[in-house]
Amino acid sequence: MLRDFYQAFIEFVRTFGAMTLFLLEVLRYTPAVLFTRFGLVVKQVHNAGALSLVIIMVCGFFVGGVLGLQGYANLTRFNAEDAVGTFAGFALLKELGPVITALLFAGRAGTALASEIGLMKATDQLAAMEMMAVNPVQRVVVTRFIGAVIAMPLLAAIFSAIGLLGAHLVGVGLLGIDVGAFWQQMQQSIQAKDVMEGVFKSVVFGLIASLLAVWEGYNAVPTAEGVGRATTRTVVITAIAVLITDFMITAVFI
Amino acid sequence: MLRRAMSSPSDYIIEIHDLNFSRGSRQIFKGLDIQIKRGEVTAIMGPSGTGKTTLLRLVTRQLIPDSGVILVDGIDISKLNVAGLYRLRQRFGMLFQNGALLTDLSVFENVAFPLREHTRLTNRLIRHVVLTKLHAVGLRGAADMLPAELSGGMARRVALARAMVMDPDILIYDEPFVGLDPISMGVIVRLVRRMNDALGISSILVSHDVDEISAVADCSYLISHGKVAASGSPHDLKHGTSELVRQFMHGMADGPVAFHYDAPDYAEQLLGRDAE
Repeated sequence: MLRDFYQAFIEFVRTFGAMTLFLLEVLRYTPAVLFTRFGLVVKQVHNAGALSLVIIMVCGFFVGGVLGLQGYANLTRFNAEDAVGTFAGFALLKELGPVITALLFAGRAGTALASEIGLMKATDQLAAMEMMAVNPVQRVVVTRFIGAVIAMPLLAAIFSAIGLLGAHLVGVGLLGIDVGAFWQQMQQSIQAKDVMEGVFKSVVFGLIASLLAVWEGYNAVPTAEGVGRATTRTVVITAIAVLITDFMITAVFI
Repeated sequence: MLRRAMSSPSDYIIEIHDLNFSRGSRQIFKGLDIQIKRGEVTAIMGPSGTGKTTLLRLVTRQLIPDSGVILVDGIDISKLNVAGLYRLRQRFGMLFQNGALLTDLSVFENVAFPLREHTRLTNRLIRHVVLTKLHAVGLRGAADMLPAELSGGMARRVALARAMVMDPDILIYDEPFVGLDPISMGVIVRLVRRMNDALGISSILVSHDVDEISAVADCSYLISHGKVAASGSPHDLKHGTSELVRQFMHGMADGPVAFHYDAPDYAEQLLGRDAE
């Protein structure tokens, strides 16, 4: 029993160390890749970012709408329905925007990255690059990593913006909150610092989600089953890592 | 060219001495010795699971042996750093079992890939080279197709065009005949021979298709149990006397390579104490 825990702990530390080395390798190649393979990076920003837009916008809109409903229902009890804008703004910019975007991002873009890289490995494409004297980490992994890291904060910003729009439509449009009060109060109470907290989180979550996706793909067991498992692990581990990190960052900011 | 010839006067492009390699507890090679002659087609044969593909990966240093020396054109590959290794690999062309084409690029871009990565040729020149190579494998008309649209035989021919595009000194074929229809098989056999003779390269072919090997190889090695069991021209092997060679070359089910995988005693397992 105790030995099992010990083994699991050692295994965790080993994986964590290997992943750190992998991240350092990726970061070491990043400047060169940005310089020499800019076109590929742009393509990956498109793959990870633009192709995730629909899911991000739809979810953002409805999360904002729910915030409008819940905010109204609960704040009316204190005659504070004018504060719905403030409430939705804080919730979206500081928490829900970065966190939900990261979770959706792992589900949409992370799985695509992990399975794509895993399949390239399973079909010997990575080995073929090695044999053609092309470093597959540079060509395949780093381009996708940078693309995803760039895309994630942008998606989080769009999520929050659409969310506010949703809250506005529900709060002002459906429930009749005064439009001036809705936006005025939000503007007065939310500081640049609060926005920066959200931006900071989305950058960190972007790093986590992108690293985990390319790591799982690159280290997938090169079989159909292995690639499937890598895809699942990408979502599960990203979700856990993002939520734990969110708690820690929030604790530091407060 | 002259310098290369002077620095390695040997007739052999690849020499393997006393190679040992194990994967987990299973020892795959035990003191393997192979010499591959310059300018010839050399076949490496053996029953499935003898580590033929592993051998190719060792020669190209995708895997690192436990001990032993591998010389490629006189260079000890274990002493190379990454840059040196990549330089050496540019002299290799490798045809993978399933082609290993990059699925997100068209046929044309797949063949152009090494050129774009390693040279600064103009687009016009690249187009010229790529179309020439595609023409050589008979697939100039498929330049705009995607790998997913190709048949198995076509994919392998595209991969062959890609393997040749940098004009390598050594072409490696990993099971080039597996899963092909007889016509495609004939096409590949002809291409292997023609590329080797027309371009003056050395070819290494890993396979267990005895008839195709006989048609194309100058020299062949039969590997079994981690060692070279026999070597010589395909004709010599066919008329060899050793039990193992006869079993392999004539496709007999039982012999030195046992029909049964290692197992506990049959009667014991069925009737013994573990039976329930």
